[in-house]
Amino acid sequence: MNWYSLIGVALFLLLAPAIGCLLSGIDRKITARMQRRVGPPVLQPYYDVRKLIEKDQLAVNKVVDYYVLCSFLFTIFAGCIFFAGGDLLIVVFTSTLADVFLVLAAYSCNSPYAQVGAQREIYQLMAYEPMLLLTMIGFYLAKGSYQMWDILTGSGVALWPMLGLFFGFLFILTIKFRKSPFDLSTSEHAHQDIVKGLTTEFSGKTLAVFEVSHWFETVLLLGVVFLFFANGTLWSYILGLIFAFLSFFLEIIIDNSFARMKWQVVLKSSWAVAAVLGLINIALLLWVL
Amino acid sequence: MSPIAFLLLFPLVIAILLLLIRSDRVRAPLVYVSATAIIIASVYTVCRYLNDGTTMFDFSWEPLGTLMFAVEVILCITVICLGYKYKKWAAPVLAVIQTAIGTWFELTQAGGLTADHNLYIDELSMIMVLIIGIIGSLITVYAVGYMKDFQAHDKSKDRRPWFFFVMYVFLSAMFGIVLSNNLMWMFFFWEITTFCSFFLIGYTRTDEAIHNAFLQLKLNIIGGIAFIVAIAVFVCDQHVVEMDKLLECGLSGIDVVLPVALLCLAGIVKAAQMPFQSWLLGAMVAPTPTSALLHSSTMVKAGVFLLLKLAPLLGKDIVGYAVMTVGALTFLLASMAAVSQSNAKRVLAYSTIANLGLIVACAGVGTYEAVWAGILLMIFHAITKSLMFLSVGTAEHHIGSRNIEDMDGLFERMPRLAAIMIIGIAGMFLIPFGMLISKWAALTTFVESENLVLIACLIFGSAVTSFYWTKWLGKLVGVVAHCENVEKTVHKDEWAVLDILTVLVIAVCFGFPLLSEYIVSPYLIHVFGNPPEAFLAIFGTEYVWILLAMLALLIILPIALLNKSKKPQSSIYMAGLNNGDNQSYTGSMGATVNVTLRNWYMESWFSNDRMDKIGVVMTVLVIVVTFALVLAGVTL
Repeated sequence: MNWYSLIGVALFLLLAPAIGCLLSGIDRKITARMQRRVGPPVLQPYYDVRKLIEKDQLAVNKVVDYYVLCSFLFTIFAGCIFFAGGDLLIVVFTSTLADVFLVLAAYSCNSPYAQVGAQREIYQLMAYEPMLLLTMIGFYLAKGSYQMWDILTGSGVALWPMLGLFFGFLFILTIKFRKSPFDLSTSEHAHQDIVKGLTTEFSGKTLAVFEVSHWFETVLLLGVVFLFFANGTLWSYILGLIFAFLSFFLEIIIDNSFARMKWQVVLKSSWAVAAVLGLINIALLLWVL
Repeated sequence: MSPIAFLLLFPLVIAILLLLIRSDRVRAPLVYVSATAIIIASVYTVCRYLNDGTTMFDFSWEPLGTLMFAVEVILCITVICLGYKYKKWAAPVLAVIQTAIGTWFELTQAGGLTADHNLYIDELSMIMVLIIGIIGSLITVYAVGYMKDFQAHDKSKDRRPWFFFVMYVFLSAMFGIVLSNNLMWMFFFWEITTFCSFFLIGYTRTDEAIHNAFLQLKLNIIGGIAFIVAIAVFVCDQHVVEMDKLLECGLSGIDVVLPVALLCLAGIVKAAQMPFQSWLLGAMVAPTPTSALLHSSTMVKAGVFLLLKLAPLLGKDIVGYAVMTVGALTFLLASMAAVSQSNAKRVLAYSTIANLGLIVACAGVGTYEAVWAGILLMIFHAITKSLMFLSVGTAEHHIGSRNIEDMDGLFERMPRLAAIMIIGIAGMFLIPFGMLISKWAALTTFVESENLVLIACLIFGSAVTSFYWTKWLGKLVGVVAHCENVEKTVHKDEWAVLDILTVLVIAVCFGFPLLSEYIVSPYLIHVFGNPPEAFLAIFGTEYVWILLAMLALLIILPIALLNKSKKPQSSIYMAGLNNGDNQSYTGSMGATVNVTLRNWYMESWFSNDRMDKIGVVMTVLVIVVTFALVLAGVTL
């Protein structure tokens, strides 16, 4: 533990919810404009969460809150390890743990819609995990370390040797954000075939916790995008921030231009991306670059 | 008496006693006492020799060789008789071939051949002694209560004395494998474990059991033949018959590629790697303690033990590449096959095959870090998998099914067992538990060794692994209203064993830094020299603290929060009016619709037939090409 680790963790804990909330608001605003609506105020996600907390509290059983809370805590834990400059593989494994807790929350309700959502969530986990791990291996091969701090400050921009992995990562980002065309597990808008999938039975504070943990997760994922550009200079950091935001914008555009695809497409396409963009890029890093 | 002799002989004596005793009242205490004695003896043995590193024992007794030979011939004759009785010919024919080679070797080559040291103990065998001694003994304790229920269900002739006899002979033979330095001895014990599994799998004598027992025998004798041919080739070339000399020869550059390749083949068969995986799946017909024993502490562990032992000779040569490729492909394809299984024992079986594949791949890579990961995987797998099998066995006796689909709401029906199973499953694939830590180590090693095939198999395989474990976990945690608690009749000894194993699963996660420091690392330093810098950087102390913090969090959170919610309860959302029991709803036209929830198996993609077929074709190809190259004398 160094001073910068502590600062990183503190900044993450303080700023991530705010940034995540703003991004979510911007997302809704841009989406609305793309659909020629005015859209809610940018702070709407914050109002939503506050309202959820104030509502009458109900739950379908005694354990669902516990699982959602665990998911929340481990999402934050993963983010803390990342922003403390820690090991990227631990970050991936910890966020898998968080995701598993979320799935268990849905399963525990024993509700048809929640269970379909839960199954689809682990299906998506299976789809994106290879690409995610390959990205982290790519960072190691490109910059010689699995430590986020070393990659952040090390010389050389990881983007060029990892170009294939970068696009692969952008691809699975859509799944991670649970956005269309891959919003299989929660379906972004209610009143679809699986209602709200995974989150159907969450309400009140529990749903609020889920929303906030999504904000944290968004910041963590955009942090990885940022890492592709960092080479220890101020300019690279500014560029990284711009591109992190642009990739978020890209996800919004994709979200609005595609309908949800059949479930088969998710695994096939993301494994194909991992196999082609990911493995070939790794092979180049191993043997050529 | 030396503790080594005690470990080898004591289970044998108990086995004979158990064969003679027919009364439940005597058997139970005898098993409890002797299991405790074996556990204490194993721990004592490790403590006694830990500081000495490798200790060799002379232990020669002239008639012993003849005695072993006689036992092998008797077993061969038994197989022929049984083969005749059940009209199964492949296994007896193979047994005859193997015995013929053995006899030829014994008569023409072995004359005047004496081993300087017949037995030895080093840190790797100490780990095996602990696994066999502790886990194996605990399983026999569990078997006491389980077999009582089994007999009550089964109503056939009570052959439990035979069952316990074979189990204890098995333990003795396993100790023999890991402590023998003389390859002939090791081969003898190797064969004994094959025959013990044969008898255990065929225990119920149903058609299926007999078929699968012979399948096991057939495949494992192929491994046995590879083993005896390996010994014959090695002895003819070098005129020594010891494991340590074999390793010495290999490391000093003398050509022992063929015997090593053959021994690896024997290890691959025993570790149920593709293309030989079918025997382990077939072994599922046996009573649960048998499966637990075969999967966790004995039999398959003998296979990976041999491969890990040979690891210094593998690495970047033809045999090394073959072993790692077979292991990695098995990991990937067996993990995929597990997705399509709804039978809990078959899921566990495929998961065993997969995890052993990973250990085999680590052995094939044959570097300090790889073998570190392999040994830790072996330890964690032994504990976690025995826990999983035994809890599935208990569930089966109380809910009447071993199908995961029938485990709906186990959390309500058998809360304590469900909690144990949840810990077991989490232990198989989630951070911060041991299996994941060793998988992580394996991943970094595969990256270090620049092997793209291994990296690909591992990352896709572990993604699939998360899928099938999580969906099982989901079935367990579902809260179904109005369930009756059915776990009150579980035997006390079953609970005791399950509890001990659960504590062990968690304890080894806390204790793995110590385990690594005091047993695994000394062995690796002794074999490979000092660890590489990169390895220390990744698995340095800092991360151990993070992992321990997570583990503590995972223990504290449920104690503090689980089931503490005081929120008013509401009913779940359905496609109509919930009838209030969360089990049915009133749909359109007033019809009552019952809700059933089923898991997702994706058979069109991951059917086990398909995976088995792909796996067999690919691995047979790898093995055939390897032997062709080795025989042609090609080297890298």
